[in-house]
Amino acid sequence: MPRSGDNFDVIVIGAGHAGCEAALASARMGCSTLLLTLSLDTIAYMPCNPSVGGPAKGHVVREVDALGGEMAKNIDKTHIQMRMLNTGKGPAVYALRAQADKVLYQQEMKKTLESEPHLVLHQNMVEQLIVRDGVCSGVKTRTGAEYFSKTVVLTTGTYLRGKVIIGDLTYESGPNNQQPAINLAHNLHELGFDTVRFKTGTPPRVNKNTIETDRMEIQPGDDEPRAFSYETTNYRMDQLPCWLTYTNEKTHDFIRDNLHRAPMYSGKIEGQGPRYCPSIEDKIVRFADKNRHQIFLEPEGRETMEMYVQGLSTSLPEDIQQSILRTIDGLEKAEMMRTGYAIEYDAIVPTQLWPSLETKRVENLFTAGQINGTSGYEEATAQGIMAGINAARKVQDKDPVVLDRSQAYIGVLIDDLVTKGTNEPYRLLTSRAEYRLLLRHDNADLRLTELGYEIGLISEERYARFTAKREAIDEEIERLRQTKVKPTPEVQSLLRELGSSELDNAVELSKLIRRPEIKYEHIVRMAPPERPVAPDVAEQVEIQLKYEGYIKKSLQQVEKMKKMENKRIPEWVDYDQVTGISSEAREKLNRVRPLSLGQASRISGVNPSDISILLVTIEQGGTSRASV
Amino acid sequence: METDTIAAISTPVGEAGIAVIRVSGPESIPIVDTLYKGKASLKEADTHTVHYGHILEPKSGDTIDEVLVTVMKKPRTFTREDVVEISCHGGMVPVQGVLEALLSAGARLAEPGEFTKRAFLNGRIDLSQAEAVIDLIRSKTDRAARVAMHQAEGRLSRLVRRLRQEILEMLAHLAVNVDYPEYDAEEMTAQLLLDRVRSIGKEIDGLLVTARQGKIFREGIATVIIGRPNVGKSSLLNALAQENKAIVTEIPGTTRDVIEEYVNVRGIPLRLVDTAGIRETEDVVERIGVERSHQALNEADLVLLLLNYAEPLDEDDRQLLRLIREHSAIVVVNKTDLEPELDVGEVKELIGDLPLITTSLKEERGLDQLEEAISDLFMEGKARSADATYVSNARHIHLLQQARQNVDDAIRGIESEMPLDMVEIDLKNAWESLGEIIGDAVAEDLIDQIFSQFCLGK
Repeated sequence: MPRSGDNFDVIVIGAGHAGCEAALASARMGCSTLLLTLSLDTIAYMPCNPSVGGPAKGHVVREVDALGGEMAKNIDKTHIQMRMLNTGKGPAVYALRAQADKVLYQQEMKKTLESEPHLVLHQNMVEQLIVRDGVCSGVKTRTGAEYFSKTVVLTTGTYLRGKVIIGDLTYESGPNNQQPAINLAHNLHELGFDTVRFKTGTPPRVNKNTIETDRMEIQPGDDEPRAFSYETTNYRMDQLPCWLTYTNEKTHDFIRDNLHRAPMYSGKIEGQGPRYCPSIEDKIVRFADKNRHQIFLEPEGRETMEMYVQGLSTSLPEDIQQSILRTIDGLEKAEMMRTGYAIEYDAIVPTQLWPSLETKRVENLFTAGQINGTSGYEEATAQGIMAGINAARKVQDKDPVVLDRSQAYIGVLIDDLVTKGTNEPYRLLTSRAEYRLLLRHDNADLRLTELGYEIGLISEERYARFTAKREAIDEEIERLRQTKVKPTPEVQSLLRELGSSELDNAVELSKLIRRPEIKYEHIVRMAPPERPVAPDVAEQVEIQLKYEGYIKKSLQQVEKMKKMENKRIPEWVDYDQVTGISSEAREKLNRVRPLSLGQASRISGVNPSDISILLVTIEQGGTSRASV
Repeated sequence: METDTIAAISTPVGEAGIAVIRVSGPESIPIVDTLYKGKASLKEADTHTVHYGHILEPKSGDTIDEVLVTVMKKPRTFTREDVVEISCHGGMVPVQGVLEALLSAGARLAEPGEFTKRAFLNGRIDLSQAEAVIDLIRSKTDRAARVAMHQAEGRLSRLVRRLRQEILEMLAHLAVNVDYPEYDAEEMTAQLLLDRVRSIGKEIDGLLVTARQGKIFREGIATVIIGRPNVGKSSLLNALAQENKAIVTEIPGTTRDVIEEYVNVRGIPLRLVDTAGIRETEDVVERIGVERSHQALNEADLVLLLLNYAEPLDEDDRQLLRLIREHSAIVVVNKTDLEPELDVGEVKELIGDLPLITTSLKEERGLDQLEEAISDLFMEGKARSADATYVSNARHIHLLQQARQNVDDAIRGIESEMPLDMVEIDLKNAWESLGEIIGDAVAEDLIDQIFSQFCLGK
């Protein structure tokens, strides 16, 4: 007999990066939570690259941390290398990236889940959602067990009708030969969800003992201690390097000669792949004039010789993959341990979601992660925590939390998904954010800790520490605004030393710090504060004053955006009755059902003129008299 | 009913022998048909056909006017709606009569520009084309019509698109440097960016130079003729008007009816302001008091100051001469057919660089030179080719200025060593300002550009 009849507040299906965050958020908010996974051995599994973070993605990890999520802490504990990227550029685009020990990462996350009160972790395959009258109330598993709950969070990753493709070979499978979820996919169709077929891929892995790293460029981690989480105090400093090599004309000729065996070009692959993550064969075809491509060799963990071959994602046949590897400098003798593959899977069209990540079709059902058409661990994590929070809040009869585009990359991500949809696996990029300067990696805590605290995921202790930091920043900025430095001989000599022009008159410190060559540490030397400020406070003071002009400009744009964002579209608006809007706009508006004019204006196919007509309609308070 | 049906007189009232009344909307054919009496009902008419007949007053059945009715069915019409155009006699009575009949039969009086707005809303034309069409309607001279034509054909759109594409490529490059820091694309350097941004700035400047001329073509150059009584102001006015067929427009509603006359001087429309004042009160000294002139000067784009060759300068003249130095002005020394009393040397000294023309309006001498001087002043000697793109719309000018400001900000940012990813904010703003000109929404363009320009991946 299957066990059955258990009741929970929230059930989370899938224990990947989205599922883990969703379940933790929900349990930590006090909801009894069941986390169901196909296999307890693949919790928080990284089927592709062994890294976390980078531009935009690293920002998200910090945002999740500020909201009280787990990814940042988990990677801080289990990384094998950390690097700050883009340090030569502005602070808005500094980006932290870690190389992960995949095994340790999984073990650590599993331990965290197991130790969480209110959280039950269980291995079972969900085959059906229990839905009555458009309301989801639980799940049914392959073993026949039924579990009931007030809300359900679905995070199926690439498992929905997953299909692996290697050359001519195709077979039904989840990532890395896991079981695919077939029946659940059919169940979603029965429930009326529109789905799309997406494709992603992963490169081969090689044995480190068979590669010659001495012929490659070394890519070490930073010497400085780094961490994603604002709570991390123990820094791991024993780091492993990555290695850089390149493809060459030999590689490219070989691939060109064997293109007929590539499923991408033989028509075997129907799923839409991501442009930002093309396979090597795709790169050779699309950028024929490039005579080499970068290949990074990245360790998959401390206790393994397996190396990830970044840059060589492919679905060419196995024998070709091995031969390609052998054309590359330093990989001539490489032994391929795992074969690269492409994987196709079902994703639901994300415009079927409200910004809370609840589905419009089935009430109390939330979806997060790759099922929503994204790609990447961080993107999944971001949706996971938001879906978990909102599933729990729905149980607790509270309004959903929706982040806007000026608050967080998470807001950009989810708004893009539910408003525009996506026709390829969606990846976050800094260029997707309009207010990048406000969404910095360094100020994620200032942007979101308050909210995380209100939601109930930030401890009193951490919140107190946060408010103290915030006050210290404000105080020090105020001091720099009020304090003038006089052109004393000491000051002039320091300025000369820094290659800065000397002062003619006394000037506010807040103005002086705007000079590109002047840093906060120099300001302190000219006029020290009563008590020295912490480095993270100093960092904020410097950034906020140095780039004040740009920050102000961004804030003005946000204000403009908010005006449109605050114009709610009332429920009575019937797009079929609004005259003068284009038929494309009508169709899209009916599908997306935007909550505000701001959201409506971001739907592709909805033109400014459609928006002004909508505005007129709303202002008139009825559609009957709406004229152009 | 998709929209209601609108009607308006689409030719200037009182200017021509024929007036056209345009009706657009789903009910346009039935509405006109109820008033129309011809060989057959308009409802049976084929699209794009012309029908002779009469428009009748609906209640009395009296004939209002003899007309030609053009029936054009959607979608191949200006508004992409059913359109009927009624050509009737140009007088005030029949035109108003036909329009009133249409309104009583169910049409609504169109708001200004509403036909164009519908054309735009129905996807017939893009925003910059729409605005150019509005300008076309308003254009007052041939050359202005040519400028408007070019925009309608998308000349400005094309130029703006090219500028945007250049900016977009820079943005994509910057974005790749940020999003793929380890990718082996060459890093965009400050110097490289500075050079490219400066060249964009220059191109926008080029467009803005033409903006001034565009404005001139659309609105006409507000021109005042000043000078002491009997110096020949009305002769000059008549000479210009005769030669160039003045169009007289009355603008009611001001304290006193101001009369404007349009004359076309070598393709440049002059809007002669307050000609009534000159014509009616030539002999009344106080009307041309210095104080009033001062006010007129401030509102003028061009000042023509007339001096009498046969009289020495008086204090009023000197004061006017000093006043006009800050304006676009031409000094016209008239009555050279008489004995010289004027100290031309002193005049030249007082006016500095301003052009001085001598005429004898009585003997019809010097007018050519005056027209030449006017043309030189406003065409800047270089923009005479009809091929140049003129920006003639206030909104476009504003947006171009905004884009220029954004570009300036970007240049300043680079020069003060700001990180390039911050400078990018200004560049993006420039890109958006230009986008507003052609009504392009901020779309996925940048993301597309990144992935077509660079080869990235895992």
